[in-house]
Amino acid sequence: MFPLAFALVAAVWEAYKWIGPVDGGSLLGVHVLPRSSDLAMPHVWEMISRLTEPEVRGNPDSVLVVVAAATWYSFRVALLAFAAGTAFGVGLAVVMARFRTIERALMPYLVVSQTVPIIVLGPLILSLLAYASRDLATEAWVAAVLLGVFLAFFPVALGTLRGLKAAHPASLELMDSYAAGWGTTLVKLRFPAAVPFIAPALRVAAASAVVGVVVSEISLGVKHGVGRKIFAYGQEASSDPAKLYTAVFGAAALGLVMSVLVAAIDRRMMRNRPQEIA
Amino acid sequence: MNAVTPVSVPTATTATVDVSGVGKVFEVAGGTRVDALVDVDLHIAKGEFVSLIGPSGCGKSTLLRLIADLIQPTTGEVLVNGKPAHQARLDQDYGMAFQQSGLFEWRSVERNIELPLELKGWDKAERRTRSAEMLELVKLTEFARHMPWQLSGGMQQRVAIARALAAHPDLLLMDEPFGALDEMTREHMQAELLRICADTGTTVVFVTHSIPEAVYLADRVVVMSPRPGRITAMIDVAFGRRRDELTREATEFFAKVTEVREALRGTHPSPDDAAADHRLARGIDDR
Repeated sequence: MFPLAFALVAAVWEAYKWIGPVDGGSLLGVHVLPRSSDLAMPHVWEMISRLTEPEVRGNPDSVLVVVAAATWYSFRVALLAFAAGTAFGVGLAVVMARFRTIERALMPYLVVSQTVPIIVLGPLILSLLAYASRDLATEAWVAAVLLGVFLAFFPVALGTLRGLKAAHPASLELMDSYAAGWGTTLVKLRFPAAVPFIAPALRVAAASAVVGVVVSEISLGVKHGVGRKIFAYGQEASSDPAKLYTAVFGAAALGLVMSVLVAAIDRRMMRNRPQEIA
Repeated sequence: MNAVTPVSVPTATTATVDVSGVGKVFEVAGGTRVDALVDVDLHIAKGEFVSLIGPSGCGKSTLLRLIADLIQPTTGEVLVNGKPAHQARLDQDYGMAFQQSGLFEWRSVERNIELPLELKGWDKAERRTRSAEMLELVKLTEFARHMPWQLSGGMQQRVAIARALAAHPDLLLMDEPFGALDEMTREHMQAELLRICADTGTTVVFVTHSIPEAVYLADRVVVMSPRPGRITAMIDVAFGRRRDELTREATEFFAKVTEVREALRGTHPSPDDAAADHRLARGIDDR
């Protein structure tokens, strides 16, 4: 299915290049149609062939190798952010489910926190890190992880909290009749009952972690990541337009691998659950 | 109002449940106090099968939950196996089954049955042996590895009963366990329950609002009435424990059904009480 979708996108791209106005189009004085010039929209085959050419003149490594390495780097950072964000979100949800007061005190701040743009937050975190430890500040990827966590924990915390409260009252009464404590009830009943809420939250969290990491790589200038490549190649776009899109391919591959991974986690979590009849 | 039928009080050593002078007051929204139960005395002998019957809001589910120590009485005391209900709950002296089977959908049938054993800290081999035993008892051996949602409602209810009996409790507390089943399945399940109780000698407290069900199952039918919730009659059903489909068609059976019906008639709520009945049904006794 995926190759088909890819071919379709490429076909639409080329079709627009063919019929679209070279200098773009305006509607009521507003510029709405993108330019279809080779500079603005290089041919798909140029992007692909650019992958095999050297990244910079005189460098033996092809663009493919460089972008793949950058993507692999960002993937590991995003994975770390996703894992840490999930752990943090679940932990927070457990605390909030246990203590209603904490939930009521914390929830407004959690919601507000998500309205702060991460572009603003990046430099702030970096300077906070520098304040905490000079060694940490030189590792800009740590800040990228923190920003990924910042975006990823939120859907997990909300989904888990909702799920922990979704246990059926009769089931809770049953655990009561077994004289089971809060911890036992959490492990045997509340967590399993929360799984259908946690699984979709993880999908959102994975996407958020990728966005957080790539965006912070751009805004913080993390040297190795694919976000940085998009930024750097973008500056070369006027002379080498196809190159920018090779980095975009890398970022797309990153998102794709992440979503495949999370889909696998989802399937594993939801196995043996009531199935919808197809 | 019907006179309370005198019942011989069993001695403390044989009684499984002793409810003495128990009252329960619920505070509903707005500070109104509702007498859910007033001055209830009920003594249930070991191996006895007791049905609690009455209209909605008569406190029959409340009484069951008091015995289970899921709620505490406002006055009076509840003893189970001669000890306070709280201690009995900690010792897991009873098993419970509700109208909804309440099986955990993420656990296979056998692992659902093993849940109470797991909480008691049994090791895996012991648990497996017991769940196999229980599955045989409810005749679901070949469904051990199935997930609950793959079973019919009646089968799920049998699994719930197997779970309630898994730790071999002396006492089984059931709250309209067959209420959601169709008539045929329901009658089949009643027969199964009687067979299981005859095999295991378990004491049962069974809440229902079906008169034939109460009469068919019980050694004693406890008739309750609402506002305030109290016991208004106790009717012994001396059919012995081996009852079959013919019992349902026997003249004595119909005579007992009529007796219980007449006892219930005195408890029928007047229209003035309808509002309070709604409040009770929503707020307190809505299971």
